[in-house]
Order: sequence, then structure tokens, then C-alpha cells
Amino acid sequence: MTVEDQAMEQAAPAEARGPAPIVPSDSIAGTALLAVIAIMTFLAALTLGAVVLVRASAAEWQSQIAREVTIQVRPAEGRDTEAEVRKAAGLALAAPGVTDVRPYTRAESARLLEPWLGTGLALEELPVPRLIVVKTGADAPDLAALRQQLAREVPGATLDDHRAWVGHMRAMARSAVAAGLGVLALVLAAAMLSVTFATRGAMSTNRPIVEVLHFVGAKHAFIAGEFQRHFLLLGLKGGAIGGGVAILLFFLAGALGRWLRGSAGESQATALFGSLALGPEGYAAIIGLIILVGAVTAGTSRLTVHRTLRAME
Amino acid sequence: MVRFENVGLRYGLGPEVLRDLTFRLEPHSFQFLTGPSGAGKSSLLRLLYLSLKPTRGLITLFGHDIVTLSPDAMATLRRRIGIVFQDFRLLDHLSTYDNVALPLRVLGRDEASYRAEVIELLHWVGLGEKIWSLPPVLSGGEKQRAAIARAVIARPQLLLADEPTGNVDPTLARRLLRLFLELNKSGTSVLIATHDIALMDLYDARRLVLHEGRLHVYE
Ligand SMILES: Nc1ncnc2c1ncn2[C@@H]1O[C@H](COP(=O)(O)OP(=O)(O)O)[C@@H](O)[C@H]1O
Ligand SMILES: [Mg+2]
Repeated sequence: MTVEDQAMEQAAPAEARGPAPIVPSDSIAGTALLAVIAIMTFLAALTLGAVVLVRASAAEWQSQIAREVTIQVRPAEGRDTEAEVRKAAGLALAAPGVTDVRPYTRAESARLLEPWLGTGLALEELPVPRLIVVKTGADAPDLAALRQQLAREVPGATLDDHRAWVGHMRAMARSAVAAGLGVLALVLAAAMLSVTFATRGAMSTNRPIVEVLHFVGAKHAFIAGEFQRHFLLLGLKGGAIGGGVAILLFFLAGALGRWLRGSAGESQATALFGSLALGPEGYAAIIGLIILVGAVTAGTSRLTVHRTLRAME
Repeated sequence: MVRFENVGLRYGLGPEVLRDLTFRLEPHSFQFLTGPSGAGKSSLLRLLYLSLKPTRGLITLFGHDIVTLSPDAMATLRRRIGIVFQDFRLLDHLSTYDNVALPLRVLGRDEASYRAEVIELLHWVGLGEKIWSLPPVLSGGEKQRAAIARAVIARPQLLLADEPTGNVDPTLARRLLRLFLELNKSGTSVLIATHDIALMDLYDARRLVLHEGRLHVYE
């Protein structure tokens, strides 16, 4: 910018910086609506974050569990359980896709039962089932063959691939996600209602302006645009405040979790806060939500203006 | 450009304010609309700027039957009409400049394209010193001129003015009349509603006289 340009700019009146808004921003009950939108966005962002967390955790558990199957060998009168365990482990190791086989010893199996049965039990006298943990590769091998083989050759052995568990978990995660999305929809609907009322209020406050706009030949779309400008800004501002606070909270929870894990080893608290650490896709979802709130606010007010104008004719 | 046929108007269940109006307004014409206070002058203007629908009869504006217009078509027709309201209807939060520029903004025009035009017109109506003032600080006569400037800025084909000299002294009234005549010379049809006999005596024009709801035309 040259010196002359600067001088020109200073000489121009303040009003030269573009025309004033036709609908004055202080005529819109902005503060209340801003607060409502901020609160709604905050709640929606928390819900959205929770949905993302549940989905991520469920996927992780699933992939862990899906890579593990167990063989249970039930002792019976007149059979050598140790030999059956060894045989079953051998069959499993030979099966295609299996990467690791670990039979639990009698003592280990007993320890698994301790919480229920207490210590100091003479385990030899109890028919405690023995577990063999079989790890499989990422691509699930065909376990049907192994299952049949076990049934044929080791009478006391059954194969459990946790399919039922995975199914349950998938269903639970699905319903948690569905509930979260339901809450999200409700919050958005409530925000839309507030915007509708605020727009109607703004229109009746500014009725003289709307009339003059009509008389100078403004089409409905133009009038709607003049109101929409304010509401888009309000929506984005409120959304940024509410979503920003939620992002801050998730960030702090994640940082706290990392710090606790670093200083105090595993505990309930670290488990809790560790699971609150939102990944980048979670933050992206909240930013998307802020934009969605802005768009919904603007769209709702536009629709309301159009509807009110049609009723005014 | 305007045709009324047996037009009647009543407010709600009240008596007919206007009865059996039949007349035309021709392109490039100039006329006064007069009659005592309460005769229905403002009501007739409201029919013309599409703020009211007649209770009976037919009104044709620029060749369109006004009853069948869509909202957008109505807006398009209103852009060809300039209106000076009796109570001005300036927007108090906008400067004189922004008020006068409003019809051009509504047309979607860019500020840079109309800025010089608006300022020139404001100088022409004697508001050169008040370009950035807000209406509440303007005098009655200044508001009147701002309202007139807003009505003519988009070069309408029809200008409707409701008591445009009601708030001004005789000298300014004469100046405003000259302004309307100037506009008429450049092709705009003008209809001035007034009960100011002195004003009508200044210029010999067609007179539409409302009396007890009926219209009498004096060419
Ligand atoms: N909005 C309205 N509702 C009911 N009556 C009205 C309304 N506007 C005007 N009137 C009546 O219509 C008649 C004509 O009024 P108006 O058109 O304002 O006359 P003028 O402009 O000639 O003084 C008056 O009797 C007035 O009381
Ligand atoms: Mg009147």
C-alpha cells in the first residue's frame, strides 16, 4: 500500500466500509440464543465424543477377542486329563492359522477359580476343567475343521471361539451408538426449535423493516438472507463455544489419563481416564458438529422467515 | 399502465371506503389525488402498491391482474413503483445514504456500483450535508426529502406520493413539486395524494377527486 492509498483510506468516512446490515444485530435476542446454542452444542459434543469412544473401544475389544479362541477340556472318570490336554494342544498347534497355543497348567486353572472357590482347595479332588488359549492370526482361520477334529479325537474337549460374546458386544456397542445418535438428534431438534422461536421474535421486532423491504421490492429470499446472516453467525459462535469447551474437556481427560498412567501405574482411575482419550476422528467429529450447528441454525431461520413471510401475505 | 374497473374496498366488516372506482393512469402522466381527510386517498395508494387487495373489482398493474400474483412477481412489480409514505418509513438505524440506497441493494447491486449515484441524488435533493446522519436527527422536511430520494433512486415507472408536502413549508413544497415534475419529464408517471389546495394551484394537472368513496376525474 502506497502512502497516497493510506491517505485516501483515512479520508473516506467510516461508513465507506461497506453498507450497514439492514436487520440490526442488536434487534435479535442474540445472547439468550447464543447461550442455548452453546449449551446444546456442548451436550451434543459430549454425546458425540462418547459415541466415538464406545465405537473405538468396541472395535478394539472385538479384534482382540476375535484373535483368541479357547479349548476347554473337561475331566471325566477314567480318562487321562493331562494327556487329553496335551493332545488337544497338539491338534490346535497343527491347525492352519494358529500362531500360539498355551495350555493352562492345573495350578493356573485353579488360580482362575480362586476368586470363586477360595484358596487351599485340594484341586485333585475336583473335576476342574482345563483351558487352552489358542491365538490365531489376523485373518480368522477355519476353525470348523479343528472343532470336528477335537470332537472326534478328544472326547472331553470343546472349542469356544467367543462368537457369542463378540455378537453381544457388537449389539451393545450398536445400541450405545444408536442411543447416542438419538440424543444428538433430540439436541439438534431442540436447538432448531429455539432458533425458530428466536427468528419469529426477531421478525416481529423488525416488522417495520420487513414491510419496508417488501415495499422497495425485496423478494422473500432477500429478506430471509438478511436474517439468516445473523443466525448463521450466532450458530457458529454458539457452536464454537459449546464444542470448544467439550474439546477442551476431552483433551484434559486424555492428558490426565496419560499423566496418571505415567506416574501411578495401572489403576481404576487410569483405566477410566485412559478410555476418555479422544482420537483425532473424535475431535474432527466435534468440529463437524460445530459446522452442522451453524448450518442448521442458518437453515432453520431461513425456513422460518420464508414461512412467516408466506403467512404475512 | 394502471387500470381500475369497478373497484370496491372495505376494511373488515366496515362500510365500503372506496366504491366503484374506474379509471386509468397513463404512462408519463402527472396527476393529483385529492379529497378531504379520510376520503380514502391513502387506501387507494395502498391498492396501487399492493399492500391491500380490493374487495371487489379488477386492478391491472403493468398488464398484470394483481390478485393472481405470486410473492416474487409482486416484488418484481413493486420494483417498478416508487412510494413516498405519509410517515416516511425510513429505517432509523440506517444512515440517510443507506436508506436511499435500499431499493438498489434489494436489486442485488454492488455498493461500488451505486455509491456515486446515491450521493449525487442526495445532493440534488439538498441533503448533501446529511448523507451519514440517521433519520431521528433529521428535520421533518429532511426526512421528507430522504423518503422521496429513496422512492426515485431506482428510476421507477410509477411514483406514488402520500401527502409529500404535509410536513414542509410552502417554499420547500414548491421545490418538492418541481422535483416531481422533473421526474415526470424524464418519463415517470406521478400520482400525488394531497389535500393541499395551494400545492395543486401551483401546477395545472389532472385531478382525481375522492368524495364519499367515489372518484371524480377532472382532466
Ligand atoms: N387499517 C384500517 N382499518 C380500518 N379502517 C381503516 C384503515 N385504514 C383506513 N381506514 C378507514 O378508511 C377511511 C379512509 O382512510 P384513508 O385512506 O387513510 O383516507 P385519507 O388518506 O384520504 O385520509 C377512513 O375512514 C379510515 O378510518
Ligand atoms: Mg392519508
